[in-house]
Amino acid sequence: MTSATKGSPLLAIADVSVRFGDAQALRGVSLQIARGESIALVGANGSGKTTLLRLLHGLVAHRGERRVLDPQARQVMVFQRPFMLRLSVWNNLRVALWLAGVPRAEHSVRAAQALQRVGLAHLRDRPARALSGGESQRLALARAWVVRPQLLFLDEPTASLDPSAKKEIEALLEGFSRDGITLVMSTHNLGQAKRLATRVVYLDRGELRADLPTAEFFGDEIGGRAALFLKGELSWTLD
Amino acid sequence: MNDFAQSAQTAIGLIVHADAALLHTVLLSLGVSGAACLLASGFGLVAGAWLAVARFPGHRTLVMLINTLLALPSVVVGLAVYLLLSRSGPLGAWGILFTPGAMVIAQTILVFPVVAALSRQLVGDSLRDGGDQLRSMGAGPLTCALLMLVHDRWAVVTLLLTAFGRAIAEVGAVMIVGGNIAGSTRVMTTAIALETSKGDLPLALALGLVLLAVVGAINALIALAQRGGHRGSALAGVR
Repeated sequence: MTSATKGSPLLAIADVSVRFGDAQALRGVSLQIARGESIALVGANGSGKTTLLRLLHGLVAHRGERRVLDPQARQVMVFQRPFMLRLSVWNNLRVALWLAGVPRAEHSVRAAQALQRVGLAHLRDRPARALSGGESQRLALARAWVVRPQLLFLDEPTASLDPSAKKEIEALLEGFSRDGITLVMSTHNLGQAKRLATRVVYLDRGELRADLPTAEFFGDEIGGRAALFLKGELSWTLD
Repeated sequence: MNDFAQSAQTAIGLIVHADAALLHTVLLSLGVSGAACLLASGFGLVAGAWLAVARFPGHRTLVMLINTLLALPSVVVGLAVYLLLSRSGPLGAWGILFTPGAMVIAQTILVFPVVAALSRQLVGDSLRDGGDQLRSMGAGPLTCALLMLVHDRWAVVTLLLTAFGRAIAEVGAVMIVGGNIAGSTRVMTTAIALETSKGDLPLALALGLVLLAVVGAINALIALAQRGGHRGSALAGVR
């Protein structure tokens, strides 16, 4: 199965393995991410999706090679349960801008634009940790978008959200993708992968088993364990 | 029981009549312990934050040492500072033995481990929750730790109150390096010790009640200031 790449390369890993104590979280994974792609990482629980995301973002110690091919490209990660500082919505955005080295003179305009974009302008003075799950996820996206990333990692961006909040988040992600932001997201939601991704990477017990354009991944030709996974017939006990 | 009743009466009398000597003693107590806490928190919070993120050979030993110093006897600190500041000591040229300055130094040393050890624990716990998020946004290790002090600012206030309580309630160090000189280095605890040794137990107890009242009033003021911050945290807890 071949890697579906387009645009200039941003990041690559080659033959990467990650171990947590006795557990082998990833084994011999190679992957390249190109500008403009929307990649969905799919796989059963414990398949290594989150570890791969964190590894791609540079948060995990590993064996093998990880190369940032465009050092100028800013990359940000939105976690499954976004951590918000005990500050207002507005000040959480300003901290993100400060950490990204954005000049102070631009903070107000950028933060206001970000809140406008995710529909939270009316909550700017609210404590960030008092937001609902959906609002908190939108703030996390605003906090990521406000620093103008070229590469955005998302770990289960709509997990535990109600259908309407899921729809809002997906709409925002589609918008980000249209703006040219490269997206790499882990998801259990195959419908979401179909809707948002241009490429699907399937992981199984820490190994990369398929890396295909979305249409091909969900097509009839796919076989093996990926096909079982798609049919929902792959349980953790199955060998 | 009579002693207690008489003490309460004496304490009220001392407060109501605003006895000049008592006022001086109270203000000196607050000044010395307040200055010591200010100094200790300046160094201790940064040291605690740094210890939460730094990794170097001997790190565990240093953390264990600071934790052990939580039980540092105040008379030992007093003796050490006395030896440092006495005429023949290495810092004898400063000529500050038996002055409030020496008392501030002694209490700073006494309180520093409290601030450093507790803030290290506080920051460490918060980093487990949100450290990756802050690193993802571009924060270096020490910046992450310092941001966590802002995040946990109300817990930090409680921590500083604990440190202040340790400072203002100790008698051994200030007695040794201050000398309990009336009108100059006599603080509440040394006055209580003196009255006890003179056998004037009701007055000693009354002074103790005044000390408690003063510290209680400070705590009440800080609790009022904290209320706003806790309201935000409580709302976050509901989510």
